[in-house]
Amino acid sequence: MKINNLGYLIKEGIRGIFLHGFMSFAAVCVTVACLLIVGTFSSLMYNLSIMVEDLNKTNEIMVYVDENLSDAEARSIGTYINRIENVQQATFVSREQALEDFVAEYGESNIFDGTDASYLRHRFSVTLVDNHLLEETTQAIRGISGVADISAAYELAEGFSTLQDVLQIASVVVVTVLLIVSLLIISNTVKLAMYDRRDEIAVMKMVGATNGFIRLPFVVEGFILGMLGAAVAFAAEWIMYDALVGRINAVDSLKLFSFVPFTQMMLPMVATFAAAGLFVGVVGSWTSIRKFMDV
Amino acid sequence: MIEFTNVTKSYSVGTHALRGVTMQIEDGEFAFLVGPSGSGKSTIIKLITGELKPTSGTVHVNGYSLERIRKREVPYLRRTVGVVFQDFRLIETKTVYDNVAFAMRAIGARTREIRERVPYILELVGLETKSRRHPTELSGGEQQRLAIARALVNNPSTIIADEPTGNLDPARSYEIMTLLQEINNLGTTMLVVTHERDLVERFSKRVIAINEGVVVHDGMDGYYRL
Repeated sequence: MKINNLGYLIKEGIRGIFLHGFMSFAAVCVTVACLLIVGTFSSLMYNLSIMVEDLNKTNEIMVYVDENLSDAEARSIGTYINRIENVQQATFVSREQALEDFVAEYGESNIFDGTDASYLRHRFSVTLVDNHLLEETTQAIRGISGVADISAAYELAEGFSTLQDVLQIASVVVVTVLLIVSLLIISNTVKLAMYDRRDEIAVMKMVGATNGFIRLPFVVEGFILGMLGAAVAFAAEWIMYDALVGRINAVDSLKLFSFVPFTQMMLPMVATFAAAGLFVGVVGSWTSIRKFMDV
Repeated sequence: MIEFTNVTKSYSVGTHALRGVTMQIEDGEFAFLVGPSGSGKSTIIKLITGELKPTSGTVHVNGYSLERIRKREVPYLRRTVGVVFQDFRLIETKTVYDNVAFAMRAIGARTREIRERVPYILELVGLETKSRRHPTELSGGEQQRLAIARALVNNPSTIIADEPTGNLDPARSYEIMTLLQEINNLGTTMLVVTHERDLVERFSKRVIAINEGVVVHDGMDGYYRL
């Protein structure tokens, strides 16, 4: 490939986009549609997984302290609990505070009237980093001297963990399948565009054009169309996401859902869209043209 | 120079297109290749342009041995052989000028060379006033002139014209044949494949007649029998 041809070939690639306007438009539309489906599903799954994770973090375990320890000794156990790797935070709850909490929770029934706080134990409310490791973490806490008992919702934690795992696997599988289907659809659209220009390719072969000379304008064209599709899909995804989240937040007065801002997902999404656009544009046109080169 | 030595070509379906063809066309020569449909003419063209390889025998075209040519050498072979087709095969989206310039671009010619050469070639084929037109705006004869200009622009040593007058009326056919003869007079080897006995007889050139894959006549008198 001579360097003085490079400018011409790039110009030809750009010219081809406008010259075959309908096919270019179709290729961009298909790219946008496919990437929008992938992007929407990915952001939905990401938000769901964040919500489940947040919910999981509210699943506390209660660590009861031996009643024979003094207040100071009881509080000092918190240092040991916090040193355990999977512990996110251990908050000391004195027996007086615990009673107040019970009264506040069941106040209307008066069942705690006349109850003395000395019947209760000092305790720690402990949240974990990863609830998958609940069993191991409780074992470690149990080993700390002065810990009398532990109360943990093992089944609930396991339920959350299973839900998280299922969501993770489902999102990987669905996004992969959607991505493959999208690539096939886009690749076929590129092939159609090539088919539309098979005569042109045959003439180029006939006059002695090298394969590189023939390919480059198509690859430039594929690159531009792929990146254009990715850019449009990204902008549309952002606008749609913000609009949808805004609508949901407006009607969700109980704050049941919490969506991450789009900017938090922006970088991986830009990278994925750009890679997909680049891949389908360049690889799609490169491989599609091969079929028409055998003249 | 084009040289076929005992060339056979069989297709996978079992058709024997050529059966021991031997012929030689010298540099600067003008020859007609004639024969009925299915006689093997197209196979000969495809062998010359490197689209096919012979089953046996040897084919030499302008210094390339076609029986062992590498795929990446084929474009360079084709630059030495200009091909003109009955159906012109022009790029309709390009102008007359660009159709010709495109062939030069394909071999990496510089813009300055293209600007000098293309008007000269268009003048040679009589299309200098139509350089901004598109092929669909030209008559059949003009389209064939454009196809000849494109085949000629890279200064190939050989031109293969495959039924170049098949879509033209007798007057335009004669004009095209005259143009091909003028190009031959400038030193380009010319092989014209045709069905048209009248034209062949009128130009009194070498005639290679082929039938059922065998050369049945090779003479200089312009007459042939099949």
